[in-house]
Parts: sequence; C-alpha cells; structure tokens
Amino acid sequence: MSRMNLLQAVNNALDTAMAADERVLCFGEDVGVFGGVFRATSHLQEKYGRERCFNTPLVEQGIVGFANGLAAQGSTPVAEIQFADYIYPAFDQIVNETAKFRYRSGNLFDVGGLTIRAPYGGGIAGGHYHSQSPEAYFAHTPGLTVVIPRNPHQAKGLLLASIRSPDPVIFFEPKRLYRASVGEVPDEDYELPLRQAEVVKEGNDITLLAWGAQMEVIEQAAEMAEQEGISCELIDLRTIVPWDIATVTDSVLKTGRLVVSHEAPLTGGFAAEIAATVQSRCFLYLESPVERVTGLDTPFPLTLEKEYLPGPLKVFDAIHRSMNF
Amino acid sequence: MTTTRSAAKTVHAPAFTNGDDIHIPLFTLLKPDGKPYAGGATISLDEEKARRVYRAMLYTRILDERMMAAQRQGRLSFYMQCTGEEAAVIGSTAALKDDDMILAQYREQGALAYRGFTTDEFMDQLFGNERDPAHGRQMPIHYGSRALHYQTISSPLATQIPQAVGYAYGQKLAGTGNCTLTIFGEGAASEGDFHAALNMAAVHKVPVIFLCRNNGYAISTPVAEQFAGDGVAARAFGYRMQSIRVDGNDILAVFEATREARRLAVEHNEPVLIEAMTYRLAAHSSSDDPSGYRSKKEEEAWRKKDPLARMQRWLLDRGWWNEEEERELTETLRREVLETMKKAEKRRPPALGTLVSDVYAETPPLLAEQLRELEAHIQRHPDAYPKSAPWLNEEGGSAREESRA
Repeated sequence: MSRMNLLQAVNNALDTAMAADERVLCFGEDVGVFGGVFRATSHLQEKYGRERCFNTPLVEQGIVGFANGLAAQGSTPVAEIQFADYIYPAFDQIVNETAKFRYRSGNLFDVGGLTIRAPYGGGIAGGHYHSQSPEAYFAHTPGLTVVIPRNPHQAKGLLLASIRSPDPVIFFEPKRLYRASVGEVPDEDYELPLRQAEVVKEGNDITLLAWGAQMEVIEQAAEMAEQEGISCELIDLRTIVPWDIATVTDSVLKTGRLVVSHEAPLTGGFAAEIAATVQSRCFLYLESPVERVTGLDTPFPLTLEKEYLPGPLKVFDAIHRSMNF
Repeated sequence: MTTTRSAAKTVHAPAFTNGDDIHIPLFTLLKPDGKPYAGGATISLDEEKARRVYRAMLYTRILDERMMAAQRQGRLSFYMQCTGEEAAVIGSTAALKDDDMILAQYREQGALAYRGFTTDEFMDQLFGNERDPAHGRQMPIHYGSRALHYQTISSPLATQIPQAVGYAYGQKLAGTGNCTLTIFGEGAASEGDFHAALNMAAVHKVPVIFLCRNNGYAISTPVAEQFAGDGVAARAFGYRMQSIRVDGNDILAVFEATREARRLAVEHNEPVLIEAMTYRLAAHSSSDDPSGYRSKKEEEAWRKKDPLARMQRWLLDRGWWNEEEERELTETLRREVLETMKKAEKRRPPALGTLVSDVYAETPPLLAEQLRELEAHIQRHPDAYPKSAPWLNEEGGSAREESRA
C-alpha cells in the first residue's frame, strides 16, 4: 500500500498498464515530456519512450480519431482530453465511431481497447470551460461505457479495468479531487469491477446516490442528517452506463427514499434516468418522490460557483424534503 | 471532370511534391536594435498612431505584470499574459479601422488596450464583480466589448476562427467596407476549425484576416511536435489564399503586413493568413510553469528580442518619444492599474439573478423556479453563501435581475 492522491493513482494505473502490456499507449495534448497539465502522465515518456507516450497536435477530433484507428488495429490507446469541456470537437468520433464500431460491423471490427481519459467537474474556479460534467451526453449513446471514480483507490482499480475492458470507456476524473483526495492505494496491479455500483455506507431511512467528486458532497450531507438521527445509505454509481440498476433499486426497496445528486444541470442529467427507472421499479415502495440535487439549468458560472453547485447543504435540504414529504 | 487548377499539365511518371520547394520569407522592417533595415518598404505608421500603439504596448505590459503579481498574491483566481507578443497583437489591431471586428483567442488584451478598453473595464471582468457586463460568469481575461468591436472570449481553441469567416461574410454583404481580424496561436491552428475556416474563407471570398501568433509553444508542446510543415503560413496555399510570414516582434512589419492584408480583404475580398513569428515570454497562464519544458537560456535569447524595447528604440531615434515621457507614463499607468484593482476587488459580486439571465432571451419557467428555490435555500443557510446572502433582500439585488430575466 502507498499513500497517494487521485492524480498519483491515475499515474500509477497508467504506469501499471503500460508495464504489463506493451500495446498500451498514452497520448494527448502536453502528456509527453511535461506529463500533462495536471501531471497525470508524469514520467511515462521517460519510462516507456516517445513511441508509447507522446504529445499530439492540438486537435481533439484528431486525438480520438487516431485512437479509434489504433484500437481497431489491436493496440490499447489511452487518449487524454485535457479537460472534459474540450471533448466536443471529438464528439463525432466518439458518438458516431467509437460507440458504433462493433455494432455496425457485426463485430468484424471493434475499438474495445480504447480508453478516453478527461478531467471533469467544478469547484476549481474554472468557469464555463473548465468545470463541465458532460457524462449525460455520452450516457445517451449506446455502445459507450462511462466510468467516474471517487477516490485514489477507486481511480486506480477502475482505470485499469477500463483500459482492459473489451469495450471503449470514457473515464472522467474528478479534477477537484486530483490533489485533495488522498488515500491508501495497493501497489499491485488490481481491477475494480465496471458496471457495478458500490454501497459505501449502509443505512435504513434514505438512499443517497452520486458518483465522482459528488460522493464527498453526499457524505457530508449524510453526516449532517445522521446527527438528526436519519440513517443514510450511500451508493457510488461508479459506472454511469451501463448502470447497475439492481444495487440502486435494492437499496431503494429497503429505504423507500432516494436522493440523486450530480453537478451537471438538472434537465436531461443522468439523475433523470435513474429517477425514471426507480419510480417504475420501486413505485409501491417509495415513501416520497425521488429528489434530484443538481447544478442549475445554466452554463457553469464563476463568481457564483458555490451558488450554482449542488453542495452538501442542498443535499441536506433535499434529505429533509424527502423525509418530511 | 476535374477542376483542379494545375491538372491541365500531365506527367507520365509518378511525380510527388511536398511543398518543400515553396519558400516563405520573413518580412521584417526593424532590426532588433530598433534601426530600420535599409531599403525596407515605406513606413506608413505616423507619429500619432505610433505613440498610440506604444502606449497600448506599455499599458499591456504593465497590466500583465501587475495582474500576474495579484494572482500570485491570491487576489485573482487566474491570469494570462500577452508578454512578448504585444507587437503582433497591437500592431495588427492598429492597422485596422477601429470598427473592424476582432475575434481573438485569449492572449490579446493588447488589442483592447489599443482600442480604449478602460482599466475599470479590465478590472471588473478580472474580478467578476457586479459591474462586469458578463456578470462574473467567465474566468478572468475573457473580455468582450460591443463598443470596441471585440467579441467576448471563449476558452475552447479555434472556435472563433470559422466564426470570423461568417462574420466577415456578413460584413461583405452589408457593404460597410469593414473586415474581421481573427487571432489565434499556432497550437489552435491544429484544430479542425482552423482548416474549415480557411477553406470557407477562400471559397466564399471573405474579407477576413487570419493572424496566427506563432509563439513557439502550445502550453508545453513545442512547434516541432505541433506540425511537420513549414509553419502555419504554408497552409494557406492548399486553400489558394494569400499568405505572409512576418517578424511578430517587429511592430512595423506587423503593422504594414496587416495594413496590406486589410486592403486585399476589403478591396478585393481576398482573405489573408498572416503568421507572426514571436515568443510567449511568460508562462502559458498562472497555472503553468515553463521550467518543466523549456530552458532559461532560450527564454533569455527571446527576451533580447523584446518587441517593446525594439519599438521604444525606434521611437526614441525618431524623436517621437523620450525617456521622461516613458518614466511618467509608466508611473501613471502603474498607479492607475493598482488603484483601479483595489476598487474592483472590493466591489460586490454579481446579483444572484444573473446566474439565470442570458441563458435564453427569456428565462423559461423551470429556470425561474430554480432561481426561486435557490433564493429560499440561501435564506435558510445565509452563512454558507457570503457572496449572495447579504444582498438577497436588498432592493436592486436578485429581484432586479429576475424581473429583467
């Protein structure tokens, strides 16, 4: 075990993957000598050479198109998009190509080796273009797997599983936690399961569901609620799609109440999908409507970032609404 | 049937070409010591404009130094300097009419300084306070000014380049005799938007000037890892577009090149690509540390080519500027920037209602409801929201913005 932050855990996972399999390549803007603007790819070029870890020209559609081709050829590309906010030039390559490669060819060809990493989320005074949580755009595209870790241990295990998954994965990293989240991480090679949510704390009165950096927020809200004697069950969805319906509905069948929280705007956010599924599968067991605590239906602001964000107090208020319905 | 221009000529053995036989010279008028090259083109920059340009360059340098220091002191969340690239930005802007449109990237505050953006306007945006026209929604340095014909900055790279082509096409149809200048870095020129823009401009004969600040680095990525071709200027040929490479630290060369580019654009509807060879003397941004990817020696070599010093020497030689003026202006500007900053950082944050205004021309009911819920939430927990709670019940606070919305 080593104590490391989330960024070091990502770096460690990439190092582990590259050491274990020479087909694994890491590339993107500034990932070479510099090791990435956040340093997630530090020393990888030094260790594995310029052919396996390199800077690309500044063109996201090119990066993902190139990565699609590499994956089709049988390599295992791990492409970095510098910020999730800058993934959109690659949207066509991801939505029309990555997601449909296997389906459209009847499995003659696939890009299962592909992993796209991108830092996402707010709370760092990043304004419109360094704060977005675009998971719902990709969740709406069958064929993609979207994974988001909440801490260093999860980051390493889930990233290794993503790299080795037979399907292409978009791996969003909570950049607010890059240095803020520190924990024990096994030194060895390990994988954590994709498509499986995790009950991180058991409780009886209400289920709180989130992913990534928002887990820390619902944990804080749960602590406030517990002081009032409300027992919260906390679930980290981990894989956004394909999502683990059973773990969520099992919990809601027990507690009868659900609060889902994400930073992205309310309308069309992934909480909507979860709420719809839960109400159809747990209808007679629900004590109150499913609460969504999310960002506002606006672009991500700067000065009033705290007002925009679904912080612990907003989740806490939602717990009250649910309990007092 | 092909319509390719040179396809009429045929050969009967495979003959490849990679463009290496095309040579693009570097246009320069001022030597690094500020003396004009002998036999150079006529210099059309007159005393009044030259002084205006130099003041803007000096202002930009002083603003950048002060604001980077403020960022280091924790007073400002983020900053980006134009340092080293003032001539490329201000020299090109000065060659336009003041009502020509500019779509810049994010390192072009010098263009605004030249056009008369006030220190108050800079500061209110930088601090995202209640007087920022964009209500503190964007990160620092994302300026915009309708009055000064400068579109609001957007962080994603190269998105403004095809927009400039569309804007200029509209100008052509409107027949106002204006053009559009779009400025971007050599890194941004790798984006698909750049190529799309050049092609559309050439096909539709649009009065647009593409100014690439080739400053050597896209954050850490050096030009050698950005492109294999002959810089950015050479790309124009593929689209049959006028192209020129200029010494970007030579104010006169940038000015004269842009002046001629503007003539081609406006009088002949010929888009022009200008590649200004320069160097980003500062870090990419306040979040960057260049020591991880380039040497001090390299930086020092470029510091000797400082565009400000070069222009200053030229002005002094002509008797259009003197050291006393330099001293006085420097001191005046430093004081102005510092005092204006102190006022701006104390101003109130934007009203809460500005969170939801401008998403649409008219705020939809669901969003208005979200604002009301947010207000109720803040009133339940006022201590947690020091930026907005104190003003919530005040006249002219959120209610004002909501009614506007």
